[in-house]
Amino acid sequence: MMLGILGGRVYDPTNGIDGEIRDIWVKDGRVVSSDAVGREEAQVVDATGLVVMPGGVDIHSHIAGPKVNAGRKFRPEDHRGTERARTEAFRSGSGRTVPTTHLTGYLYAEMGYTTVMEAATAPLAARHTHEELADVPIIDKGAFITVGNNHFLMECIKEGRRERARDYVAWLLGASKGYAVKIVNPGGVENWKWGSNVGELDDEVIGFGVTPRQILETVAWIGDELGLPHAPHIHGINLGRSSSARTTMETMATLDGQRVHFCHLQFLSYGPGKRGVHASGAVAVAEAVNAHPGVTVDVGQLVFGSATTMTSDGPLQHNLHRTTGAKWVNDDVEGETGGGIVPVLYKRTNPINAVMWATGMELFLLVDDPWKVFLTTDHPNAGCFTAYPQVIRLLMDRAYRSEVFAGIHARARAGSVLPELDREYSLYEIAVISRAGPARALGLKKKGHLGEGADADIAIYREADDKAEMFAHPRFVFKRGELVVRDGAVVADPPGRTFYVAPPYDPGVEKEIRGHFERAYTISFENYSMVGQDPDHGEVIACTRA
Amino acid sequence: MSTTVEHVACTFCGCVCDDIAVEFEGTRVVRLRSACGVGRGVIDEHDPEVRPPLVGGREVRWEEAVEAAAAILDQADSPLIYGLSSSAVEAQRKAVELADRLGAIIDTTSSVCHGPTGLAMQAVGEATCTLGEVRDRADLIVFWGCNPSASHPRHFNRFSLTPKGALTPNGRSDRTVFAIDVRPTGSTKQADHFLQVDVGADFEVLTTLRSLVKGNDVGAVASVGGIPVDRLRDLVDRMKDCRYGVVFMGMGLTMSRGRHLNVSELFSLVSELNEYARFSVIPMRGHGNVAGADQVLTWASGYPFAVSYARGYPQFGPGEFTAVDVLARGEADAALIVASDPVAHFPRAAAEHLERIPTIVLDPTPSLTAAIAQVVFPTAYYGLDAAGTAYRMDNVPIPLRRVFPSERPTDEEILDRMIEAVT
Repeated sequence: MMLGILGGRVYDPTNGIDGEIRDIWVKDGRVVSSDAVGREEAQVVDATGLVVMPGGVDIHSHIAGPKVNAGRKFRPEDHRGTERARTEAFRSGSGRTVPTTHLTGYLYAEMGYTTVMEAATAPLAARHTHEELADVPIIDKGAFITVGNNHFLMECIKEGRRERARDYVAWLLGASKGYAVKIVNPGGVENWKWGSNVGELDDEVIGFGVTPRQILETVAWIGDELGLPHAPHIHGINLGRSSSARTTMETMATLDGQRVHFCHLQFLSYGPGKRGVHASGAVAVAEAVNAHPGVTVDVGQLVFGSATTMTSDGPLQHNLHRTTGAKWVNDDVEGETGGGIVPVLYKRTNPINAVMWATGMELFLLVDDPWKVFLTTDHPNAGCFTAYPQVIRLLMDRAYRSEVFAGIHARARAGSVLPELDREYSLYEIAVISRAGPARALGLKKKGHLGEGADADIAIYREADDKAEMFAHPRFVFKRGELVVRDGAVVADPPGRTFYVAPPYDPGVEKEIRGHFERAYTISFENYSMVGQDPDHGEVIACTRA
Repeated sequence: MSTTVEHVACTFCGCVCDDIAVEFEGTRVVRLRSACGVGRGVIDEHDPEVRPPLVGGREVRWEEAVEAAAAILDQADSPLIYGLSSSAVEAQRKAVELADRLGAIIDTTSSVCHGPTGLAMQAVGEATCTLGEVRDRADLIVFWGCNPSASHPRHFNRFSLTPKGALTPNGRSDRTVFAIDVRPTGSTKQADHFLQVDVGADFEVLTTLRSLVKGNDVGAVASVGGIPVDRLRDLVDRMKDCRYGVVFMGMGLTMSRGRHLNVSELFSLVSELNEYARFSVIPMRGHGNVAGADQVLTWASGYPFAVSYARGYPQFGPGEFTAVDVLARGEADAALIVASDPVAHFPRAAAEHLERIPTIVLDPTPSLTAAIAQVVFPTAYYGLDAAGTAYRMDNVPIPLRRVFPSERPTDEEILDRMIEAVT
């Protein structure tokens, strides 16, 4: 199958193309040079007057697995009125903040997104996550594996055996078909199983005698040692607390010089405020991001309206339940992690929510290098991924931003530097934060760009003054060269691929892990590992030190 | 020459014990290791031999049976798909796809066991944990309206009563165990404390416990629901003082007066206890993969059971789209039953309607429903004849192995062919 997308205005930051009129040629699902295509045989799309970008890449979203599905199950009130009917070719679905699997694939594609990373799965439940991902059509995906409260890992750290910890993590990624390692509130989730938490990097993890700092340092070292395509993905300590900006900066300092990704930074950039309302700590945190070269972040921008918070950060969710009085799911997972879910409604008129909104905006505008800051809403925690076009408008349109700012609670306005920030993102910069940047940070060399050899995941938009409208309804979306969306509606739903890594490890570690299984798990070692059982349409992404 | 397959998961009950070794010659089991009496019976009695499908009691080719089933489903205005809890995730995915395609009502055995538990979870949430956390941490266990010694025979030894864990090195003596039930059972005998509640009075007892936890004055009553208030006070003190408490709850709460209100009250109690200690609740799911049926239907439709696709999109309606109600009201005009025996278990009005309408059955074992069905597919037994996945009662996914070299088609294969065949 050959395809030519001709005469469009192309934004391809990886290849330094900034709105130049270019032709893009596609053969067998890949971008190729114009000589590689017989022009007479190629199907041609006239992109004159249209904006051509690589398909969107979401570096952090919760779309499949036990937490996501529990979020669907316990929010029937979130589904009504959002249903999409089946058609001859497509499945039905429902869900406003936590859409069903097929609908998730359709909605992402209809926005021009073609790669999405599921941001947290317990290895014990990875099989479930992969089964759900198999029912998410169109988009390519991968799953991050939580390791920040893992017993085997903490025991290795306690005994000073870093190499053993490294081999274990390598084995674990292969066994769970994970794409990256994720840390969530290191040590804090284990302490939550005792009704406690951690608040400082040097607090002790009960029963293990290790600290959050040691866990972070070890996992960052492991990420480099294994040459994982994506750096360790960190949700630090104190999320949602007024000490979070301070400990986030301390974490950046302690991991200085290492390759790390800090996720949904908005939730971790608060300072002490008055009368129970945190202050934004975005100015200092953004400065720290600017100062640390190995650091990338995604924002987790708050969107006013209904959301479903879900995270492995068990103590945080219990706190949110107590604060809001909303219903609460908790799930402690043996030897590995925990998790919680609480529905929330973010209001402009709520001073706390308004500060959260402003904090996210400030981070976007104060991090200088767009290659370091990526567009997310930590779906569905700070808002639904379907709000990305609205966030893009806020970044590109200062007048619109001021208008929204004027409507938020006065106490959030009083403390915010937003009115001083004139910056407006360009289309090129939007292409960086929503495609090229996250693809580079994920180490997905065939994603996020339109150079030769790239996957032909291409989103084509009609330029419009209203950028929210523009990005919400692409004219065309191609997935590996196949037309999947026309005028904002799905027209084909090929299965997407699941990316995972398989780093090598000392096979001697397996014997020790087996011994650990006898003591620590209630399922057998042989039934835990997915080695030799590829996820549907699985594809290994090489580690750089394999 | 015998063959042994290790790490086999038994799908009979929600424990999904995956440490079983099956040694067999041909199709005959010669030795079983680790299985309980019930699992032993299931595996011993299993006959992996291929049997032909039946249409109207007549043996036919598989293609013919698929065509007959597709014709029934095509002609129906309001087909019902029911069962699923003893099948594998792979087949459950296909069943939901077929329901979506047909505009059918789809319901699982959840609706006659832990459906009310799902409604309670939707109302107030659920603080829960995996069974390994129970084994390793829990020092206070409460069994409420369940009888694992009969229904989940290895539960006590693997998870909840006697095993040694990280923080429970002495096993049984590190745990304080309460049982709350309407009568003495094999399980209540194992408990340190048995509180016998009057039939239908669970809600009152639960409300009283919540009140005591909050330190409210419950008045001058001597007992609630047949249990002396002093004993409830003692339970509350222990609940607040424990390290990690876990309540296992069963159909004594879900299928007695109050149903989902009982469970909501219990789930609220457990949530509130997390102010004082760590506390979790685990529903004692019955069938081997009923938890998987909840999961699959939820990820595809947004709802765990009682889903109608009649309008072209999923609608949730317990009492409206639950199989017993749909059948008893005579609303379904065809039924597809997967790995379940509603004729044996449903109320008479519902079972009788099933006999009146054309019914299709996919089941590895003969059943009363298969006996009245128009079309019967003797499919593979997941976990013995075919590989797949089942979700344990705590939602941990466990792979099922193919033990016997059986050639029986799976539920997934048959459902997939039906999806192809229906118009």
